[in-house]
Amino acid sequence: MTVSEIQGISGEEGDFEVRILKRPRYVDMEKCIACGACAEKCPTKVSNEYDAGLNKRKAIYVKYAQAVPLKYSIDSEQCIFLKKGKCRACEKLCPAGAVNFEEKAQEITINVGAVIVAPGCEAFDPATYDVYGYGKSPNIVTSLEFERILAATGPFGGHLVRPSDHKEPRKVAWIQCVGSRDIHAGSRSYCSGVCCTYAIKEAIIAKEHQKGALDTAIFYIDLRTYGKDFERYYNRAVDAKVRFIKSKIAGITTDPATQNQIIDYIDESGRRVEESFDLAVLSVGFRSSQEAITLAERLGVDLDQYGLAKTSDFQSVKTSKPGIFVCGSFQAPKDIPHSVIEASATAAEVESVLAQSRGSLVRTKEAPKEKDVSGEPPRIGVFVCCCGTNIAGFLDVPGVVEYAQTLPGVVFADKNLFSCSQDTQEKMADIIREKGLNRVVVAACTPRTHEPLFQETVLNANINKYLFEMANIRNQCSWVHSNDKDAATQKAKDLVRMAVSRVGLLEPLYDPEISMNNAAMVIGGGLSGIAASLNLADQGFPVYLVEKTDRLGGNALNIHKTWQGEDVQQKLGEMIGQAASHKNITVLTNSELKKVDGFVGNFKTTVETNGSERAIEHGIAIIATGAVESKPDQYLYGTDPNVLTGLELDSRFNDRGFSAEGIKSAVFIQCVGSRIKERPYCSKICCTQSVRNALRLKELNPDMDVFIIYRDMRTYGLREELYRQARAKGVIFIRYDFEKGLTVDKDNNNIRVSFTNYALNRRMEIRPDLLVLATGINPIRENPLATLFKVQVNDDGFFVEAHAKLRPVEFATEGIFVAGLAHCPKPIDESIEQAKAAASKASALLSKEKVTVEGVVSRVDEAYCVGCGRCEQACPFNAITLVTREGGNKVSYVQEALCKGCGSCAAVCPTGAASVFHFDDQEVLSMVKTAFE
Amino acid sequence: MSRDILVIGGGIAGIQSSLDLAEMGFKVHLVERLPSIGGKMAQLDKTFPTNDCAI
Repeated sequence: MTVSEIQGISGEEGDFEVRILKRPRYVDMEKCIACGACAEKCPTKVSNEYDAGLNKRKAIYVKYAQAVPLKYSIDSEQCIFLKKGKCRACEKLCPAGAVNFEEKAQEITINVGAVIVAPGCEAFDPATYDVYGYGKSPNIVTSLEFERILAATGPFGGHLVRPSDHKEPRKVAWIQCVGSRDIHAGSRSYCSGVCCTYAIKEAIIAKEHQKGALDTAIFYIDLRTYGKDFERYYNRAVDAKVRFIKSKIAGITTDPATQNQIIDYIDESGRRVEESFDLAVLSVGFRSSQEAITLAERLGVDLDQYGLAKTSDFQSVKTSKPGIFVCGSFQAPKDIPHSVIEASATAAEVESVLAQSRGSLVRTKEAPKEKDVSGEPPRIGVFVCCCGTNIAGFLDVPGVVEYAQTLPGVVFADKNLFSCSQDTQEKMADIIREKGLNRVVVAACTPRTHEPLFQETVLNANINKYLFEMANIRNQCSWVHSNDKDAATQKAKDLVRMAVSRVGLLEPLYDPEISMNNAAMVIGGGLSGIAASLNLADQGFPVYLVEKTDRLGGNALNIHKTWQGEDVQQKLGEMIGQAASHKNITVLTNSELKKVDGFVGNFKTTVETNGSERAIEHGIAIIATGAVESKPDQYLYGTDPNVLTGLELDSRFNDRGFSAEGIKSAVFIQCVGSRIKERPYCSKICCTQSVRNALRLKELNPDMDVFIIYRDMRTYGLREELYRQARAKGVIFIRYDFEKGLTVDKDNNNIRVSFTNYALNRRMEIRPDLLVLATGINPIRENPLATLFKVQVNDDGFFVEAHAKLRPVEFATEGIFVAGLAHCPKPIDESIEQAKAAASKASALLSKEKVTVEGVVSRVDEAYCVGCGRCEQACPFNAITLVTREGGNKVSYVQEALCKGCGSCAAVCPTGAASVFHFDDQEVLSMVKTAFE
Repeated sequence: MSRDILVIGGGIAGIQSSLDLAEMGFKVHLVERLPSIGGKMAQLDKTFPTNDCAI
């Protein structure tokens, strides 16, 4: 439901009644074909929000070419007819008769069991706070505007130019923390969490645009690249000569003659410098929108002091109201991977709440019956897509259609305005049935995004989905040959001819079905493992929770409080209790995995418990084996009892007998063992942990001198509040010069910490009674699970997810998931979220009786196989094994559930025994041959 | 007890929640204030730290 807003809610968890106001779009979605004729003639030009106001759109518009739904709508606040009663140009011009000014707002009521709130945030408007000169020169832009400038779909077609004179800039500056970490009007005191890394990204991409001939400078307070692989990204920018200047910028002045921006800053040596830049980018932060605040009020959800949804660390996706969950930047500022994980976590919560009502754990989907076309001569249909004007504007679509009609086997060819629109899909299915087509070619955009859609269309017309081929005439013709219509048309014809030649040879294929065992195995009994187990068990799935040590709890057993001050031992104790007594959970302590066989749906794992082995069958596995605190071999650790790690101090706080008496001064040293050459990643949690523990020391003994010696304080997101509190309470923060080193030694039995103060550029010494080393998080070295499950670890030793944003809790191998510290360093709230996200993804599989896997897999013709084993070695997915047949012949065997159809085996096979379904030699070579006809 | 779910907001988070729940077989109502879904992420050029296209 688009252009719709929530009006109110009543009822309770499991049974809410929600009133929704559906505003008029004034365009009938069923009829609109998104041809764009309306917008072409609309006389009203208004600022285009999508391009961050850098250009104009019409009052009738679609936000962008790939918008979903791709249907026009009328902006009622801008339309002349709706405001003044005259015009209706769009209505007259629409060839589909889709414009409907009679449409009225309607209020509808729906009944739902749970609600997920994800309204997001808006970017800070720097015009409200004028020191940055925003609005005074067009060459001072926000980071969002800069994204649009860089984008190929943006106002300058992806050409990096400055808005004032459309000239390529030579020098660009980024100003960090605009609207964040700032207590001035309109700003937010928290850290927005993403701006450091996005500024690095923009600088890297901008340099690529200008082939390196661009000077880029990022002015920052603390560089906060705390996420997985972010520190490497930062190092990469340093290597690419992006300048990082630690200086809080207090103002920008514009040179009226050149429209350059003059930035005043203090350089490393303490000198005041004035530097001119062609373009200044303001790295704006997040804040909750008025609409989101109103929404929360209507739903009765409590907000915090910033206007974000109030949550706790152990229940970070639950709002104050049962049955209403929250995810994304309205929960707290966060990046895309984290938003995606959190979104899956809300889904897991909803699944466990509504599990009782699900009735049956198992569900099946009815597939349309397929017609047997074997033996029939090819009857090929070709649909050529205009994609509005995206294709038709750059090549002769009717010409391609006419050409297609002449090709062998083609019995039907026509053009579609938008092949992917719902009505066209139905029309295509009708034509396939009517004309008795048994093979289909769609000449349109990329199969990467649209093949599944068209395969479904073909299937809906009762034709096997593999009897289909796409020709990508958008990317490969209209895009790359946009200035040569004849060449683009010719190439489109060539591609269609090749597709037609291949489609005629294709054979029907069937996606193999695999039965699904609905038990889960969770490996690792720390907080993440317990959280994942509890969620799956609440959903009704049997869970085996395997823990190496003799008790559940993992690293969390040593942690005192979460950053928001929640009692970890109390909460952890409750969770352990629930797991131990849950009827669906079998807890196996003192247990380790010895052997893993099988694949998704059918794993058979040997677990050794106290010396005895048992085999467990399960459908999926979640790896939550955690990580360990790194133990330093420096700074007097292990030789002086007053030198502790961060976790050891936490552990002392857990001790009721702990007293801070006698400790007159304490020093925390940050990044011990993190952000160094051997471990080039940030451990993410240590800054917050030290600040929280410094506050605790101050609370126990307000007269204590507490120092935190750091490189960059990375109290990201809402954790910034702790940093602010610590400064207010008198904790002293000193940035030290990492290059100039830091030493700890003994002087007359006193601990002596010596370093160079970055701001003063002077050596300093502190002699504390207590020295706390904020040591990083180490992965488990040579984790046996990587070998057992054949999953990858990265250079740092953490497990690699299938895709950082699209599949952040899954491995590339189906049915195996990851959560918690085993994935990368992260705090308690994020570990629990990830555990729940893994549970959500796992339950999608566990709830099925059977899962289908891709039909495009390799096959080995045993008659030709000589059992040389080259394919087994070449297979990156371990899908091929050599088996012995009767008579002792060794041949290759392909496990279809593991095969991804990459073709590596076919490429190395010396006899031609191995090939890939759907891409056999004949099918591929016929395309090659036809290409040169 | 209703088995339907309401998701408010069609940005990356709302879309992902909806997809997960739909995959589980729940009926999801995804409500968006604007004419199309996609949210802020659709405005980005590339995304860190992999420099993938946002769209």
